[in-house]
Amino acid sequence: MLNKNGVAEQNQILSRFFDETVLLKPKAILECYEDIPCNPCVTSCPTGAITIGPDINRQPVLDPDKCTGCAICVGACPGLAILVAQLKDGRAWFKIPHEFLPHPQKGERWDAAARDGAVIGVATIEAVQLSSRTKTAIVTVSADRELLHELATVVKRHA
Amino acid sequence: MTRQELLVIGGGPAGLSAAIAAADAGAKVLLVDRAPMLGGQLVKQTHKFFGSEKQYAKTRGFDIAKLLIADVLQRSDRIETATGTTAVALYPDRVVTLVKGEQYRKVAADAVVIAAGASEKFLAFENNDLPGIYGAGAVQTLMNVYGVLPGKRILMIGSGNIGLIVSYQLMQAGVDVAAVVEAAPTIGGYKVHAAKLARLGVPILTSTTILRAEGKEAVEKAVTVGLDACWNPIPGTEQSHDVDAVCVAVGLSPLHQLVSMAGGKTAYIPELGGFAPLLTAEHETTLANVFCAGDAAGIEEASSAMVEGRLAGYAAAKRLGHAHPDYDALVADCHAQLDTLRNGPFGRKTLAGIEKMNEKLREACRLAQ
Repeated sequence: MLNKNGVAEQNQILSRFFDETVLLKPKAILECYEDIPCNPCVTSCPTGAITIGPDINRQPVLDPDKCTGCAICVGACPGLAILVAQLKDGRAWFKIPHEFLPHPQKGERWDAAARDGAVIGVATIEAVQLSSRTKTAIVTVSADRELLHELATVVKRHA
Repeated sequence: MTRQELLVIGGGPAGLSAAIAAADAGAKVLLVDRAPMLGGQLVKQTHKFFGSEKQYAKTRGFDIAKLLIADVLQRSDRIETATGTTAVALYPDRVVTLVKGEQYRKVAADAVVIAAGASEKFLAFENNDLPGIYGAGAVQTLMNVYGVLPGKRILMIGSGNIGLIVSYQLMQAGVDVAAVVEAAPTIGGYKVHAAKLARLGVPILTSTTILRAEGKEAVEKAVTVGLDACWNPIPGTEQSHDVDAVCVAVGLSPLHQLVSMAGGKTAYIPELGGFAPLLTAEHETTLANVFCAGDAAGIEEASSAMVEGRLAGYAAAKRLGHAHPDYDALVADCHAQLDTLRNGPFGRKTLAGIEKMNEKLREACRLAQ
């Protein structure tokens, strides 16, 4: 349970995902399950796809029609609670925030971890975008399609 | 003894903001901080801030410190700064004594803003004096200011935002976090911070506390125990963790001592972290022309400390005859920002504390009449 161990429930996670037809294009998944005073996702979104409303304590809502999957919000979210997900070429693709050195390198294979830290497979590093301003790297990875709702991060280079 | 129009004690988020606001209104400010550099706790905050753009959201704490310090330096015609300088006493006539190294001096201030911050709470457990047992502030100072690792494998006590954030920073620095233990039945801080640790495989153990540390010369092990609904240890649930360090992050208390020393009224308000000064809406204490802002006024986030600092800075300057031309609008905006920051579930605790504080203030006023 999120309150007890920091791991979101499956129904919480699924409530932030979109249908597979929608995910043929990359869409931001907003894993913000708690009312906290915060709105950089809204102000950073170049297409106005994220809304919170006048009270910044509410949770953000994504309009998938407006979201282009650009991942600017992934680097802006102070809680590192956003990833971008997509189904492409029979695999699940993600853009995830990464704040550990060394950052992954394109072409490497890294262990993929679930929201509880369990290693659930191997992800291929497809691209790494470093930002000197936010200092949060945006890492594009692909993994087995079955990991669409499971993959939360990559933890270390696959042995 | 020298005379000073406005003395701001503390160069963290609240004090920097107070100095900037008061200078903008036209006051001459002396800003003192006991640390060798300005910025307070901001210089150790490597995470991005929450809040909205007005409180520098999504900017990392140490970058916010740079922005605020640059704002102070830009106003060097009105703000004088003194680092490495500790305010050791405040007297009822607003004479403040300052110590820097061997030098001791007295400043008679027309107004004072106390933005002294907070001290860490500690926890009683067996062997809590072994080397390797740290407060979270010390871990952050060692690691993020001086680049010194506090240990190789650490046990974190407390799952408030500080415990969660420092755990993540420890992992970024290459330290193993054995677990985060929390005596309460649920995680104290933001769940997004907890989720960052969970996906890295750090166990967060609620309803659990530290029983003792073990080790000959320094920490070698820490033993935790599960707690029942009445917070009593459950026999048989002891768990031993091989760690060489324990970090205690169990909350903060306002540094109210300067207010108390000068005879300002304080009250014990658990929601604000302990003894807190009684303040008006403009953050004035029960001592005329002595204001208080930030964690020294009640424990909250640095975002609200910056807003409180601005509020106290404008109010103190006005009292000195330097009312900012937009005073009413600026103060209204500060209050609106604070209302917004406190409008969620985490702010409810602060609001309850402020309500208690207002009650105590009304009581104190009645007694004085």
